[in-house]
Amino acid sequence: MSERGVTLLSACISNGSFSCPQHWACPPAEMCDQTFLAITFGPCDCCSDTKPLMNIYLKNEPVNYCSLCVERMACQGLQPNETLATLKMESETLKTKLEEERAKLHDVELHQVAERVEALGQFVMKTRRTLKGHGNKVLCMDWCKDKRRIVSSSQDGKVIVWDAFTTNKEHAVTMPCTWVMACAYAPSGCAVACGGLDNKCSVYPLSLDKNENLAAKKKSVAMHTNYLSACSFTNSDMQILTSSGDGTCALWDVESGQLLQSFHGHSADVLCLDLAPSETGNTFVSGGCDKKANVWDMRSGQCIQSFETHESDINSVRYYPSGDAFASGSDDATCRLYDLRADREVAIYSKESIIFGASSVDFSLSGRLLFGGYNDYTINVWDVLKGTRVSILFGHENRVSTLRVSPDGTAFCSGSWDHTLRIWA
Amino acid sequence: MTINIFIQGNSCKSQMPRLTKIEQVIVAMQDPDMGIKMKNQRLLITVIPHAMTGNDIVEWLIQKYSIMEEEALHVGNLIVKHGYIYPLKDPRTLVLRPDETPYRFQTPYFWSSQQWPASELDYAIYLTKKNIRKQGQLIDYEKDSYNMLHKRINHTWDFVVMQAKEQLRAAKQRRKADRIVLECQEQAYWLVNRPPPGAFNVQDQGPERRNRHNSRVQLNADYYKGEIEHIRKSLGRSRVKSSICLESFVKFSEQYLNHDPMMQGCPPSNPWITDDTALWTLNADMVETPTKLRVERWGFGFTELLRDPLGRCKFREYLEKEFSVENLCFWEACENIRHGESATIPQKVDEVYKQFLAPGASKWINVDSKTMEKTLQGMKSPHRFVLDDAQMHIYFLMKKDSYARYLKSDLYKNMLARAIEPQETKKSVFPFVRRQRHSSRNPALFTQALEDNSKTKSLGSLASPTAACSS
Repeated sequence: MSERGVTLLSACISNGSFSCPQHWACPPAEMCDQTFLAITFGPCDCCSDTKPLMNIYLKNEPVNYCSLCVERMACQGLQPNETLATLKMESETLKTKLEEERAKLHDVELHQVAERVEALGQFVMKTRRTLKGHGNKVLCMDWCKDKRRIVSSSQDGKVIVWDAFTTNKEHAVTMPCTWVMACAYAPSGCAVACGGLDNKCSVYPLSLDKNENLAAKKKSVAMHTNYLSACSFTNSDMQILTSSGDGTCALWDVESGQLLQSFHGHSADVLCLDLAPSETGNTFVSGGCDKKANVWDMRSGQCIQSFETHESDINSVRYYPSGDAFASGSDDATCRLYDLRADREVAIYSKESIIFGASSVDFSLSGRLLFGGYNDYTINVWDVLKGTRVSILFGHENRVSTLRVSPDGTAFCSGSWDHTLRIWA
Repeated sequence: MTINIFIQGNSCKSQMPRLTKIEQVIVAMQDPDMGIKMKNQRLLITVIPHAMTGNDIVEWLIQKYSIMEEEALHVGNLIVKHGYIYPLKDPRTLVLRPDETPYRFQTPYFWSSQQWPASELDYAIYLTKKNIRKQGQLIDYEKDSYNMLHKRINHTWDFVVMQAKEQLRAAKQRRKADRIVLECQEQAYWLVNRPPPGAFNVQDQGPERRNRHNSRVQLNADYYKGEIEHIRKSLGRSRVKSSICLESFVKFSEQYLNHDPMMQGCPPSNPWITDDTALWTLNADMVETPTKLRVERWGFGFTELLRDPLGRCKFREYLEKEFSVENLCFWEACENIRHGESATIPQKVDEVYKQFLAPGASKWINVDSKTMEKTLQGMKSPHRFVLDDAQMHIYFLMKKDSYARYLKSDLYKNMLARAIEPQETKKSVFPFVRRQRHSSRNPALFTQALEDNSKTKSLGSLASPTAACSS
């Protein structure tokens, strides 16, 4: 094909007479293919030999092991007849068996049950407010319980509290880090929590004194070993639930900053979480890059249920208003509904023309509509019961990163990488 | 027996499902039978083979996916932006125009999913070629890049210039049509990989997500054993038939249909549409007379009643008449402990014991002996959830007994009868006159004032202003 491409590629691999443009600090030619794996060279933390080292994490602590020690470590805990391969196979077989069990009680599809339900008519939703003021991508937003205020966070570290009804900005904080991917409004309306690449979740009490610097009263609550992807207050201002890129979720006491409970079970970054609106209020669901959605018991830290039917990262999870099910949006361009009592996936919301992933999902108040914000800048509205798409909303000029329905269901807000937030009704 | 902590290459495709999907669309478009009919397009004086018009693309998308024109144009535009289809006329802007503008498919060699590292050296060669061809007339941002690269990789500059000259010489020997096509292809590739400043960058994906293959969690024996254990437990759990579960969704949606503003509207009007906050004023936390919908909703479930401050207030009044208000007080005290500060837990648990559980307590609650024993045992080392069992018992007691009777009581029925049913406001005669949007009291201010006024909160009532509660 293109001569230029071929010439360059062969030069790169053979590490010929000119210096390799990919690895400026490339050690001698024989080690060229090693440079992807070994970032450091020195004494191994385990056997103390000086060798090329791999940077890995053991129980969330960073360590440097040589490749031999890594293999040895992984095989610890194996019985004489076991190998990692057999364990993995056993796990896979059991998973298949679980899916079979789940399928046994599946006697009808959702859209069949929904046949007797009236179809939805023409759906008209328009942008009623556009909130401009962020200088960079909007990453997350949350509503206040007063149904009109919102907090939003962006890539440049700014967290802004708006009265969305009047479009006035009421408070603004600049975080010391960029990519503030999580923000939440406290139930009392007196504080906001936010975090991102700083691996922490900080709570800012909202002061009405215009001259007061909000950052001064900041309280650092959560500490993770990787970026904070989502946070949420539980029923009061005193506790925060967080999820992080280090693969764990955690429950924190705001006052003392103490870790109350941690939740391990995901094998990759956890990207989202949602608290159950149930009577007993003790569970929450989280979704991650390992394509799994896990339901957790907040008291014991145990994973109660697990669902793995998505084909790619799960970006967003949200409970159905009754608490008996939850929806998830993923990079595989589908949204799915999982029923907790039936213990399985019961609906898939997808269309061939939708190519880009769903970044954020939320239900309308009655649970009949599911709004999904997608990475192709659109918002798709789905009929939850019939499984069809009701409407597609255009307006944003870059990907929609966050979407939440207001507490009384009168409107929903979408935030986008085009620096704006829109209120739709 | 190896663990692949860093797997190269294979993980790339799975990390970008959108690119795989776009490629599926492209392949479908090129299908000889069902795809787009390609023709020779005329570009000034040259004839370019295997091209199609913007219109063709949009029409095909509309047909294939049964979507409307706006959506088809939108999807097509995104495909062009990602560099899978490029325009022949005006190749500098990657935009889909639904007219006779000619477009071509990008060669798979240049697809984003191939993940050739678009290196500085390649870009330098490309710019040098362009520079030579245009005799120094590069566009601003390209000129800046060129100068910067010249400085940065100066030591290989001879090689760069040599390669550029070689490629130009080889290109001269091609037919004009091929030359144009190759130039456009390359240009499209570089527009995607080195977008002009201010233009949209399709490769911007946000902070790196280490997925399963680059995991921070070690996939070792412990992990798999934990998984196996978990799955075994899941196998044993009890499940409900789908027909029952799904039926409940239909019922729930029907029940709440009238209460969903997006489905049935919300009388008097949706504040976001009409700029009139009457709805919020009518449904404020503590109003004299609530709306009918609100009172109806209290009947949907016990949680609905408790969640609404006014509902809880009215329920408390009812319980006072029935002499069983201590149940509600106990439940509230438990909630307070569960969601309160960690530091105050032992003290609060102690108070709860004195008020509700101790024999002869002023507000003694009726719990069965087993639960009482378990609770008292747990209270020796009080933690956040020590009162959970007792709380659950009292909650279900209230739900089955008091709540059921409340819904049948005169108190509730009167409430329902007196409730307001706001009329849907007629659309204003002058629709273009915008109403003044008034700001509301910041909740932070309200609670601050409350805290200032009442330094000590009595146990058994949360921050809701129960003093304002009147029948």
